[in-house]
Amino acid sequence: MKRLIIPALFALLLAACSSTPDGPEQGGAPVETRGGGASSSVATVTAGGIDSRKLPPELTDPKNILSKRSIYFDYDKYDVKPEYKDLVTAHAKFLANNRQFKMLIQGNTDDRGSREYNLALGQKRADAIKKMLNLLGAREEQVESVSLGEEKPKNEGQNEAAWAENRRGDMLYNGEF
Amino acid sequence: MLRRLLKLRGLSLIACSALVLLQTPVRAELTIEFSGAGANRIPLAVADFGGEPGISRALTSVVRGDLERSGLFRLIDTGSSALTETSSPAYGDWKNRGADALTAGSISASGDGRQEARFRLYDINKQTVLGGAAFVTSTPMLRAAGHRIADAIYEKLIGEPGIFSTRIAYVVKNGTNRYELHIADADGQNAQAALKSKEPIISPVWSPDGGRLAYVSFENKKPVIYVHSLASGQRIVVANFKGSNSAPAWSPDGRRLAVVLSKEGGSQIFMVNADGSGVQRLTTANGINTEPFFSPDGQSIYFTSDRGGSPQIYRSGVNGGDAQRVSFEGSYNVSPRISPDGKSMAFISRRESGFRLAVMDLDSKQVQILTDSNKDESPTFAPNGRMILIATEIGGRGVLSAVSTDGRIKQRLSISAGDVREPAWGPFTK
Repeated sequence: MKRLIIPALFALLLAACSSTPDGPEQGGAPVETRGGGASSSVATVTAGGIDSRKLPPELTDPKNILSKRSIYFDYDKYDVKPEYKDLVTAHAKFLANNRQFKMLIQGNTDDRGSREYNLALGQKRADAIKKMLNLLGAREEQVESVSLGEEKPKNEGQNEAAWAENRRGDMLYNGEF
Repeated sequence: MLRRLLKLRGLSLIACSALVLLQTPVRAELTIEFSGAGANRIPLAVADFGGEPGISRALTSVVRGDLERSGLFRLIDTGSSALTETSSPAYGDWKNRGADALTAGSISASGDGRQEARFRLYDINKQTVLGGAAFVTSTPMLRAAGHRIADAIYEKLIGEPGIFSTRIAYVVKNGTNRYELHIADADGQNAQAALKSKEPIISPVWSPDGGRLAYVSFENKKPVIYVHSLASGQRIVVANFKGSNSAPAWSPDGRRLAVVLSKEGGSQIFMVNADGSGVQRLTTANGINTEPFFSPDGQSIYFTSDRGGSPQIYRSGVNGGDAQRVSFEGSYNVSPRISPDGKSMAFISRRESGFRLAVMDLDSKQVQILTDSNKDESPTFAPNGRMILIATEIGGRGVLSAVSTDGRIKQRLSISAGDVREPAWGPFTK
């Protein structure tokens, strides 16, 4: 298991440019009579991201099928529709021929219902794409399927067209995520 | 005796803090509005605290604001009566004004550069002292002292602990890619950012000791579970396995977390120690098993599963075994949260195409729908079990709404710009 500890120092550096107080005095909770209690001050942490890398042109050339990365799903459905077979096959072949490449599949849902339940639904979609890629030649360790649930909608609208755009799995290569 | 039947009266008030003494750690503070009232509001007089006017007025307004927003008290106008904890109240006068209870107090320098806030609570009908306390405080902590006093009054008159000194956590979203995990007092004041990120943050949950939050952050382009110590800002990755890691829940002893991992296919519930060690699988049914929540005795796990064809709530032993279905009415019942006394369950139920807050009495299985909104999410009980805080949407914007378990009292917490969501009500503070 990976373990990561972001030093408090990082938080201290950032405190200078944030509007968060840096002293323990501003906190909410403790009044001494009722026992000490933990300090209620909160240190602000800023989350980092991932570096990106350059991709080979065949993955980005708009004329190449490999430049397409999205697979759309029907409402409450998790199977990859036949119309996406060529697309998934092309990516499976690319992964089989380029074993140094890794892919992250992000499953997405529309925003109706529970965030955590939607996260699990998005996982079902990503898993379906991964399974197909593996069957078509991509190696198990090359592909990771994860879910963004309803958290990263492509279309923020509240109508059927927007929801359909958000019921989606995206295939990303290292450097793109 | 103290309670008097009163006609239900709609109330609406926006409480604004006039405390210039205090810093505003994050720019966007929550504003709180409330409406509705309990059936039997206690007529209570809170006399102006004695002492240096600027400070005592601020203290008085915190105490009054807390008690009034609870919906359980009707505040009696105290006029300009000068009264402190040392003066003897004119019981007859207060009775004529309609008060059943009276509180009076003062704040003064305590000698070591700090201040001492004192108060006394009187039963007007019995002409007796119900209680009193003293709190040492400092100017920046004045609101905290006010919350402690309001908690003490509440507990004496209602017979259960108050939650005015507790804290809440929630996520603020600004624009498309600014996410902040905030910690604020239960009245929305004194908000501080614990985490700022360009990627979503969901599912914060307080450790039982109130010092840490577990949550799911997407900062690595996938859901990863962290445990974040609030005072130091130190973060530990508790689960970052291949696939998705989500839906953390603390065991009541604070030593373990139930989490949802997709590493073995589907979404399955696992137990993990709070430092990320000792991962053990709990659920085995195919498909989706998510949103675990411990019963207060630590013996059962409630969770959402689609094993029966639609999302429903189930319960299983903490060491696995057969799961029993808990929710039956309707085709979509999710996000179970058990009340602190273990007797009822708050959850979200889809009814007439809206996602609404529901409460089930676990003994009788009786379900009551508490809201008529369309997008309720993420219920969280106040530690005294009296209110349930949810995320909902009003006019297309995310706001927080606190609803009493009988549905009568509602408070709304919103922010002037941005969406507020993913509330988590913290434990009692010592």
